[in-house]
Amino acid sequence: MDALLDARPSAPAGLAAPRRAGRRRSRAWRVLGYVVLAVAAAAVLLPFYWMVMSSLKTNNDIFTLPVKWVPDSVVWHNYVDIWHKSDMTTWLRNTLVLSVAVTALQVFTGSFAAYGFAKVRFPGRDVLFLAYLATIAVPWQSYMIPQFILMSKLRLSNTLWSIIALQAFGAFGVFLMKQYYESIPDELVQAARIDGMSEYGIYRRIMLPLSVPALASLTLLTFVTTWNDYLGPLLYLRSHSIWTIQIGLKSFITTYNAEYALIMTGSVLSVLPIAIIFLVGQRYFVEGIASTGLKG
Amino acid sequence: MTSMPVARRRRGRLVWRNTLVGWSFLLPNFVGFAVLTLVPVVLLFYYAFTDWDVFGGAQWSGLANYRQLLHDHSFWTALENTLYYTVAHIPLTLAASLALALLLNRKLRGVAFFRTVAFFPYITSIVALAQVWNMLFSPGYGPINEILRWVGISHPPGWTTSSDWSMPAVIIVGTWREMGYYMLLFLAGLQTIPGHLYEAARVDGANAWQRFRAVTLPGLRPTTFFVTVMLTIGSFKVFDLILVMTNGGPGQSTLVLSQFIYQKGFVENQFGYASAVSIVLFLICLVVTVVQFAVNRRRSS
Repeated sequence: MDALLDARPSAPAGLAAPRRAGRRRSRAWRVLGYVVLAVAAAAVLLPFYWMVMSSLKTNNDIFTLPVKWVPDSVVWHNYVDIWHKSDMTTWLRNTLVLSVAVTALQVFTGSFAAYGFAKVRFPGRDVLFLAYLATIAVPWQSYMIPQFILMSKLRLSNTLWSIIALQAFGAFGVFLMKQYYESIPDELVQAARIDGMSEYGIYRRIMLPLSVPALASLTLLTFVTTWNDYLGPLLYLRSHSIWTIQIGLKSFITTYNAEYALIMTGSVLSVLPIAIIFLVGQRYFVEGIASTGLKG
Repeated sequence: MTSMPVARRRRGRLVWRNTLVGWSFLLPNFVGFAVLTLVPVVLLFYYAFTDWDVFGGAQWSGLANYRQLLHDHSFWTALENTLYYTVAHIPLTLAASLALALLLNRKLRGVAFFRTVAFFPYITSIVALAQVWNMLFSPGYGPINEILRWVGISHPPGWTTSSDWSMPAVIIVGTWREMGYYMLLFLAGLQTIPGHLYEAARVDGANAWQRFRAVTLPGLRPTTFFVTVMLTIGSFKVFDLILVMTNGGPGQSTLVLSQFIYQKGFVENQFGYASAVSIVLFLICLVVTVVQFAVNRRRSS
């Protein structure tokens, strides 16, 4: 219990005998801690292992009794076939275009608005921020219908613009950046004002350079959210030529529902870019999440 | 005497200038936010009281949608299933993420690696994950039932092919996917608990369980509250996971409110009726959040 329940490692205390007993007990807890950690890691990783393994098998080798945890021989041809059997190239290109456009817009409008909320004082500002805050409690699922009707009237539905409009102006970027800007002392901004710098100059030449970690978090989180979005494309993108990877993969799964090896290959390809981005920038993901507790 | 009005006028000009500058910063984001979020939320309250299908526009129909809801079996099934998911998913995820956070807060080797691993499912696309889990859950040949048989369970459940076990299967995947995310929030919360509180409790002779109850849990209160609110809203609006994994089936065993809205609105084109269900979903989330805030305030005073 000692080792598991305390939030902080304990300082050595007391006499020699209890200390020795305590040390033995704490070693037991330590071992148990590693066992739990290993089991949890295995449970988290099992689906990913299965995904990759299945993509390297022939289709007949995936469901066997007993289960083959390691393929008899590694098969690569799924990774060649998938490009012929699906529009993978189109889907990936559309998704990339959308993710880049949404991220650029969200980072710009989010950080720009956050400066207004964090560093400029004017009447009505806090009420306005409350409106942003209140929408967190409103699930998107409850207003997706009026939103869809509105988008249709604006003639945006069934174009890539609909997804850009849907994702680019979220409140998330505003929250994350506002949180960060508030940690930058007002005196710094005040000093720049006295020096005659305009608010836009302060934003661009002082705040932006100082908030690179937060900007990185926002960039990565927005990119990943847009890449993974399934519901937006499901509602808005009807023409096959503008499908994204998620909706394309789902339709591929429905069409080739017994081609498990190919399905897993497509899944690996849809996850791979995210995995790479995550491994490169994991520090920023963790910091972004920990500082706002929200995601897009 | 004359300096007063001048100063006031100058301050008035400053306020005016700040308002202009402030709004100019907000505008690029606010225009999109207002058009795509605020306006739809307001429109929702109008559409929900109209009769609107593919033929013609919205016709005011008062409470007719809600009378229809009362007798709609699918709606009650969806509501029941949503509650089922919520009631099981919240405590499971809370327990798993808190336990992981406590474990990772120790000085163990491999902690950084595990933190990375545990968070990864949360940023992986639902389509790919749901598909893998469906294969893992496959009753006859899937590895999960293989493991269960190996452990000694001779008749393992049918998971997503059985109407009794499809919801547990979805809950397991939901918890598995989100626990790493909430774990990060708990880890951040644990960093804010001062170490000397533990020393003091130790000096007072508190054992580990007592220290957990007296120091860790109270110290985590703000985090736990926040996590519970987020989990609640997230559970009530659960959608894409179920849509991709079971599509509400088998039968209606995993049909949830969000999917019911989608079904009515986007498949059957009954915009008015679907908006009425949206209002129900919205009100549930609102009421639960308000109650949670009230309880939290009473406890902290």
